[in-house]
Amino acid sequence: MPEFEPKIVAFCCRYCAYTAADLAGSMRLQYSPNIRVVEMPCSGTIEHGVLLNTFEKGVDGVYIAGCNLGDCHFLKGNVRAIKRVAAVKKILDEIGLGGDRLEFFHVPASEGTKFAKVANEMTERIRQLGPSPLNKSAAGNAQKEGGQTA
Amino acid sequence: MIVAQQKPIKDIAQMINDCKKVLFVGCAGCVTVCLAGGEKETAVLASAMRIKRILENNPLEAITYTCTRQCDPEYIASLDNQVKDVDAIVSLACGVGVQYLAERFKDKWVVPALDTKFIGGSTVHGVWEEKCGLCGECILHRTGGICPIIRCSKSILNGPCGGSQYGKCEVNKDIDCAWQLIYDRMKALGKLDKLMEIQPPKDWSKSRDGGPRKAIREDVMIDE
Ligand code: SF4
Ligand code: SF4
Repeated sequence: MPEFEPKIVAFCCRYCAYTAADLAGSMRLQYSPNIRVVEMPCSGTIEHGVLLNTFEKGVDGVYIAGCNLGDCHFLKGNVRAIKRVAAVKKILDEIGLGGDRLEFFHVPASEGTKFAKVANEMTERIRQLGPSPLNKSAAGNAQKEGGQTA
Repeated sequence: MIVAQQKPIKDIAQMINDCKKVLFVGCAGCVTVCLAGGEKETAVLASAMRIKRILENNPLEAITYTCTRQCDPEYIASLDNQVKDVDAIVSLACGVGVQYLAERFKDKWVVPALDTKFIGGSTVHGVWEEKCGLCGECILHRTGGICPIIRCSKSILNGPCGGSQYGKCEVNKDIDCAWQLIYDRMKALGKLDKLMEIQPPKDWSKSRDGGPRKAIREDVMIDE
């Protein structure tokens, strides 16, 4: 049986993590092809419902990547995102899916290496946790579906 | 506004455990403002329930609808078509909304997703405080706009009591003594003399005493 390839959605703030993804590409860094990046105007625009719906669609893991504390382009968007992630983690624990499948990371625009590290770290974590019970194609096939390699 | 809070997910899940299709009904009134039962909270609860039930191998079809208000018959009439094939209705309104749904949809299992707490308002984003005890005969004009019925732990009419210490209530040092607030405000307004008038015992017949209350405006009633 092929090794489980998690499907992970990364909601990335355009002012930091999304720019860091570009940088990782320019630096020719290799990182996990399992992540799907969604550009956000600010990590603080993430909502509880969007996170739960993403899991309902069958992804194995989700993370939000925002600026370092004090660096948010909109002052406190990242602080709000962190609180919402904590609230949704609690819901995920309560309903049995497990809060570990969701995380928040600080990824500044200048740190392409951190972007790659976080992508790899989260992929490894979700690989350990195994496929989400909501993932209907459990032996997820990231490469074939266009997971990108920088 | 009426302030409510969502019940624990496991308690709501328990109420609809044997249902296959459930309608989650939000309310765009007070519970939207106190972030307990608006459109967003309704979608989140329905989503959480669907996921929980898939994990339990007991899939749930959860649909959602948010009424302008659940405490007016005309606004819940729009649910008539949606409730037909559901096994239960989960209301994310205050206790009033739950009762309106239960009364209209007599053959449906209607359950509350919220605990209705009090009437009050927000102090900062995400924090709500009780401000009025619905006593039925407001006396705020005598108390500087600060309600002693609900904000004084003992509902004293001629306060403060002997437990008032450094502006705090003896019940809990995190609670401001309402009578200290009343005194300070009346003093600032130059109206301390008004506080010297002894308040007679309150007429509680205007309050909960004597069963549920009714308010009637004959002039706006529509003749059938
Ligand atoms: S005096 Fe009565 S009506 Fe007025 S705010 Fe207090 S409890 Fe409410
Ligand atoms: S300390 Fe103040 S608020 Fe507390 S019971 Fe006495 S008068 Fe009421």
